[in-house]
Amino acid sequence: MNTDRSKSYPLRRRAVVKEILAQRSNSLVVAGLGAPAWDLAAAGDQPLNFPLWGAMGGAVPLGLGLALAQPTRRVIVITGDGEMLMGLGSLATVAIQRPPNLVIVVLDNERYGETGMQLTHTAGSVDLAAVAAASGIPICSTVRDKKGLNAILLQIRKGAGPVFFDIKVRAERLPLVLPPKNGAYLKDRFRLALLGADAVD
Amino acid sequence: MTGSESETWPQDIYRILVNNRVRQVAYVPDMGHARLIEMCHKSSDIKAVVLTTEEEGVALLAGAWLGGERGVLLMQSSGVGNCINMLSLTRICRMPLLILVAMRGQWGEFNPWQIPMGQNTNQVLISAGVMTFAVDDQNRVKETVEAATKIAFEGSAATAVLISQRILGAKTFGK
Repeated sequence: MNTDRSKSYPLRRRAVVKEILAQRSNSLVVAGLGAPAWDLAAAGDQPLNFPLWGAMGGAVPLGLGLALAQPTRRVIVITGDGEMLMGLGSLATVAIQRPPNLVIVVLDNERYGETGMQLTHTAGSVDLAAVAAASGIPICSTVRDKKGLNAILLQIRKGAGPVFFDIKVRAERLPLVLPPKNGAYLKDRFRLALLGADAVD
Repeated sequence: MTGSESETWPQDIYRILVNNRVRQVAYVPDMGHARLIEMCHKSSDIKAVVLTTEEEGVALLAGAWLGGERGVLLMQSSGVGNCINMLSLTRICRMPLLILVAMRGQWGEFNPWQIPMGQNTNQVLISAGVMTFAVDDQNRVKETVEAATKIAFEGSAATAVLISQRILGAKTFGK
């Protein structure tokens, strides 16, 4: 395990999320629990964000169900390495369904950030993009710097998915920016914004 | 001895799902659900999603609901335990969820490893905030699934139908 490697990664998670969402248009965005949810809030809270405060391992399958239900919308799941590791099987499920509109972005700082910055498996031998590729997800890569990030932005917006990017980001403690945490409210505002009157049937 | 061709309840369940606008059917298979799964895969109205573990289905159907689609989750009783933490998503967001559980570890079970989860399925679901409807007569499957479907989607509630081994037939592996 590489205990210090991720402390010097050049990409910073908040800037990465802002860049990815800069031209989100009408995309639907799901964030995994912990830092990715705070990063999404820092980029700007809005009704078509669905930040998770729990349900660890559920971000990708939730994004899959949403992508299948809304095939004309881009669905972007932003999660962390620890959350992704808890639901690795969901990459296999995504690969079999092959939704063209689903984008999975892992902000990989190689740590369990909310619980004391303990190392995750990605600080050792585990390569999440390789897991996604071996599962059959057609577009997968690991991104390590600004050049690499610039190279994937178009695929995030338009690539024939599912696409999976493991973005290596610096391990750092950042100020908390918290989204709303009332789940019923998050659900209702999301459905109202997306479905209009059909949200209440 | 599971699901003889003359039994109509798997078709009844399929029709209930289609009539209630269920569009996503997520499952980890059980022999008791085999015919229903087959019908869902052949259906143009339904997307059948095979899972690697049952809790994926809880999250998947939460996403479906956010996107305006109804779903159902099929599993055997051993899968219920896998769902416990993920069910907090359904509960805290007050979303509908319909689960159809093919029971093991109860009526005439030959595999002792199925018994601990099978004997606790009902309590575990109730503890996790899921209403349960047990059915052990094949003539009552239709009405029970209809009732659970209605409560789930009209009441934004989590419901589970527990389909007894008395209906499914106990597995024997030829013993």
